[in-house]
Amino acid sequence: MSCQQTRDLIHGYLDGELDLMKSLEIESHLKDCQVCAQTYKEMRGLQSAVGNSAVRFDPPANLESRLHSALKRESEPDSRTAMMRWRWLVAGVSLIAVVAAIWLVVAMLTRESSGEVLAQEIVSSHVRSLMADHLTDVPSSDRHTVKPWFDGKLDFSPPVKDLSQQGFNLNGGRLDYIGNRPVAALVYQRGRHSINVFVWPSSETAMNDRMSVSQGYNLIRWTNSGMAYWVVSDLNLAELQQFVQLLKEQSQARM
Amino acid sequence: MSDQSKVARFEEIALPHLGAAYNLARWMVHNEPDAEDIVQDAYLRAFKFFKGYYGGDSRTWLLTIVRNTCYTWLQRNRLVRLTDPLDDNFDERETEVPDPEMLLIQRIDSEIVRSALQELPVEFREVVVLREMEGLSYKEIANVVDIPIGTVMSRLKRGRTRLHALLASRMGKEASIELSTNA
Repeated sequence: MSCQQTRDLIHGYLDGELDLMKSLEIESHLKDCQVCAQTYKEMRGLQSAVGNSAVRFDPPANLESRLHSALKRESEPDSRTAMMRWRWLVAGVSLIAVVAAIWLVVAMLTRESSGEVLAQEIVSSHVRSLMADHLTDVPSSDRHTVKPWFDGKLDFSPPVKDLSQQGFNLNGGRLDYIGNRPVAALVYQRGRHSINVFVWPSSETAMNDRMSVSQGYNLIRWTNSGMAYWVVSDLNLAELQQFVQLLKEQSQARM
Repeated sequence: MSDQSKVARFEEIALPHLGAAYNLARWMVHNEPDAEDIVQDAYLRAFKFFKGYYGGDSRTWLLTIVRNTCYTWLQRNRLVRLTDPLDDNFDERETEVPDPEMLLIQRIDSEIVRSALQELPVEFREVVVLREMEGLSYKEIANVVDIPIGTVMSRLKRGRTRLHALLASRMGKEASIELSTNA
């Protein structure tokens, strides 16, 4: 082995990184070559000088505890953010639930109250029509007179039925104003009892009869074929229901 | 709970190498406060990547992170020009000490060794530290520094040769009296 090769490999030899064959070659060269042997001695000296524990830097005593608390801090934010995430999730879900609940209640209330407000309006209109002696704009028992009268006064044509055979005489028709819109009011008579039938177009889905009592008046309302009907009278409920039944049958017969 | 046990498991693996980690960082950045910060930073990074550690040589794994953290720090502080590619084939026979007889390195004061090693370029310093102080094999050094094993040996050769020269010049000036009394 040459000196050049030895100078290169002497470090591997020094560090015990050479295989047996190479190591033996180095050893035999060092025996023969004073220069390389000297280099080897120097490097071994250097190695032990640098490897001396006094050259090392030992970590300060508090570093370990500092690391420990840093690691704890580092691991905690994770759980905290996870907790936060959970909290946000729970808060979000709760908020949605609360909003939904409020919306439901409000929707029910407004629906209820809009119905109530409407009923109030209907009753008021009914009472006013009786008090002011303004029951009809077009006093006629002939539905062929009453129905065309509404033309041009409303954007819809109210169904007008002749129920005189059944004891409900048509008194006429009237233009009224309910729920912020002009509506048709048809007036029927049963004995001494006036019956107001309010009719207007409605986008609401078909709804069966709903009965209520307001200020002593019976109210029946329903929705059918895109029309909302409100019937109000001081007539007893049974007869009023009969009237409603007849009104519906007539409508169906006509269709 | 699981976070606490995770910390404990990590510490069990990483804390035994604290001495090596600190020593490497201290040798690479030259001052205590920065070395401490780097070690902490490296340990936190190691902890973050702990999920990706599936056993194996934990010392090499940790020292690699410490070394990379050091380089990030050095680059940030512009203390090393990494754009300058290191010529590993450079021959430095011309820097060899003319009179090796005067070097009785075994007796050299450790402070002189320290100041000489401090002057070594960081690329040599890190392999010398890992080899001489931490006793890492060439393969382990190759892993930590991310260079081929052959390069490890050539860097060690150049590092040692330079260090030897540095020590010789120091001994000649500062430590001649001490040396003569020792001799």
